[in-house]
Amino acid sequence: MVFEKELNLDATELRLGLPGSSEESLRISNKRALPDMNDDSGVAAAKKCDQETAPPTKAQVVGWPPIRSYRKNSLQTKKTEAETGGMYVKVSMDGAPYLRKIDLKVYKGYPELFKALEDMFKFKVGKYSEREGYNGSEFVPTYEDKDGDWMLVGDVPWEMFINACKRLRIVRGSEARGLGCVV
Amino acid sequence: MNYFPDEVVEHVFDFITSHKDRNSVSLVCKSWYKIERYSRQRVFIGNCYSITPQRLIARFPGLKSLTLKGKPHFADFNLVPHDWGGFVYPWIKALAKSKIGLEELRLKRMVVSDDSLELLSKSFPNFKSLVLVSCEGFTTDGVAAIAANCRFLRELDLQENEVEDHRGHWLSCFPESCTSLVSLNFACLKGEINLASLERLVARSPNLKSLRLNRVVPLDTLQKLLMRAPQLVDLGIGSYVDDPSSEVFSKLKAVIQLCNSIRSLSGFLEVAPWCMSAIYPICENLTFLNLSYAPGLQGNDLTKLVQQCRKLQRLWILDCIGDKGLGVVASTCKELQELRVFPSDPYDAENAAVTEEGLVLISAGCPKLNSLLYFCHQMTNAALITVARNCTNFIRFRLCILDPVKADPVTNQPLDEGFGAIVRSNKSLKRLSLSGHLTDQVFLYIGMYAKKLEMLSIAFAGDSNKGMLYVLNGCKKLRKLEIRDCPFGDVALLQDMGKYETMRSLWMSSCKVTLGACKTLAKKMPSLNVEIINESEQLEFSLDDRFLVDKMYLYRTLVGHRKDAPEYVWLL
Repeated sequence: MVFEKELNLDATELRLGLPGSSEESLRISNKRALPDMNDDSGVAAAKKCDQETAPPTKAQVVGWPPIRSYRKNSLQTKKTEAETGGMYVKVSMDGAPYLRKIDLKVYKGYPELFKALEDMFKFKVGKYSEREGYNGSEFVPTYEDKDGDWMLVGDVPWEMFINACKRLRIVRGSEARGLGCVV
Repeated sequence: MNYFPDEVVEHVFDFITSHKDRNSVSLVCKSWYKIERYSRQRVFIGNCYSITPQRLIARFPGLKSLTLKGKPHFADFNLVPHDWGGFVYPWIKALAKSKIGLEELRLKRMVVSDDSLELLSKSFPNFKSLVLVSCEGFTTDGVAAIAANCRFLRELDLQENEVEDHRGHWLSCFPESCTSLVSLNFACLKGEINLASLERLVARSPNLKSLRLNRVVPLDTLQKLLMRAPQLVDLGIGSYVDDPSSEVFSKLKAVIQLCNSIRSLSGFLEVAPWCMSAIYPICENLTFLNLSYAPGLQGNDLTKLVQQCRKLQRLWILDCIGDKGLGVVASTCKELQELRVFPSDPYDAENAAVTEEGLVLISAGCPKLNSLLYFCHQMTNAALITVARNCTNFIRFRLCILDPVKADPVTNQPLDEGFGAIVRSNKSLKRLSLSGHLTDQVFLYIGMYAKKLEMLSIAFAGDSNKGMLYVLNGCKKLRKLEIRDCPFGDVALLQDMGKYETMRSLWMSSCKVTLGACKTLAKKMPSLNVEIINESEQLEFSLDDRFLVDKMYLYRTLVGHRKDAPEYVWLL
């Protein structure tokens, strides 16, 4: 069901039949062939198309799929918000002269976070186990949550962690023993 | 009945509430016309250009509640340019000048300015209820005027409007003396509000039954609001993110247990899936659940939630629920009447979220289903035929395949037979939207079987004028027909011009209708307004009649051409 959308100016082809019955009717320069999907007003610049257009793919069709702009904009906002807008938290390390700030949104999970912290502060995190925390390492990553409590990094799922974390503190191993070890 | 005094007849008319019935009653005789018009309080005007406010006021002096619709339906999808029309200001101005004691105004797809809202708020001392759906043109300043000046406001319901947000003081404009609120919905506003004002407002509104928050209202405010308003029946949650081990969250869990009147839940505009379990206690009583703005809920979190909702009658959801998730809905929600599945990513071809399988499962599991809006990646004739066998109660059936011309992927056939089965077995069908690869055949079926059809939406379908003619000839109850990108032309348009007087409106865009045919129609039918939307800048009116118009919108009217059309709209 492909119907022609070309502008046909060949005078010899014009017929005297009823309007609409002729396949060679004149058409205003057709914008539909290549409309700009992101065009807010829905009015694409008039473009003459020289070739037959294929059935419209969805990326090119104005007003399709039929969703209210409010809904479309809502979902798009959520997408861009998820992509932009950092989640910066302060990071302190015992003995370091000044604090740093990192954007938690940049990391996909704990391994990436630890690598970044290790690079930044030149230390090693050590292996995490649920039972013993970071046993065996000199430094232990902790965070302050929304209630103001200091928690061990790594216990809860990543998404939960980045939403709860207000600041990070890398604690010297000797102090951290109380946090990480099961007595 | 004519031997009864007028007061008795009027009292009888009090029991006749539907617009259709009251309209019929008024046509019986002069005496009934007179009694009916003086006693009429609620008027519905489906096309604001079909009548003028002056004539409305003249006929119904007792008017209290007015519903107005403005732009054509396809305006929702960006097919109607900015400033096309649908301005509410002239209506409010005329009503304000009159003696009408307006109490309720419901608008859909209209342009509402801050000035209109301000005038509205100052002109009607008993104004109680404002509902705006899919409107635009106003800012939170206009909303502030309503809050500040409507002393007895019961309902402020803003649904899916594009509102310019001037950040926040509008809520604080409700005076301390305002204690009458029953329904407050500001979910579509994007900006900050004064949370303390909101808490105080809810605290002094003992009749509040419906509260829908926007995304800036955080979870701890939600908890405080629910403490103040455990009697809520309808709740729209804004932001639902917290650490489940926090104290606030425990308080929320506790207060939700007290909210056992909640029957309708929506929002979750920001959501942390691990917090959802707090909601479970109210799930078992829910009759309406709207998660269509909550893309943060996916997969298991979604299905676990739905599994708690055994009494659900209406479900609005995103397609990330998947076919499997729809299977869970089918086995849990036996009372389901209405299902809407929206696309979470409208332009994503890759990840087929829901297909025909999900729909078949729903049709098999939900015997009471009567209303469907389904966005999917593909559909088969076999599936539609199965659905038609399982469900014979459809009143609304809207299917949208994301690729608008996609055929049955299994057989490569058009979907004529599938939709044919739907219309054949659902004799009460009032509204139908088609998509996919379709030929004239589907329209033959529609004309033959869809005898109660009132609204039909067609896109990228059909082969020839015959398609449109089958519909115009067969669907006797047709009121609204909207067509885009179909090869229907002048022959179909002009075959039965009188038909359009029985309908509210016809929209045709990117079809094969010529300017000449439109002019002919306009000339022969003075009771219709035939409008051409021409967005191309170069062209002038004196074009060749053989030019194919891009967009035509015609509607019946009692008052001739409108005076507010922009330059690019030609009134023939």
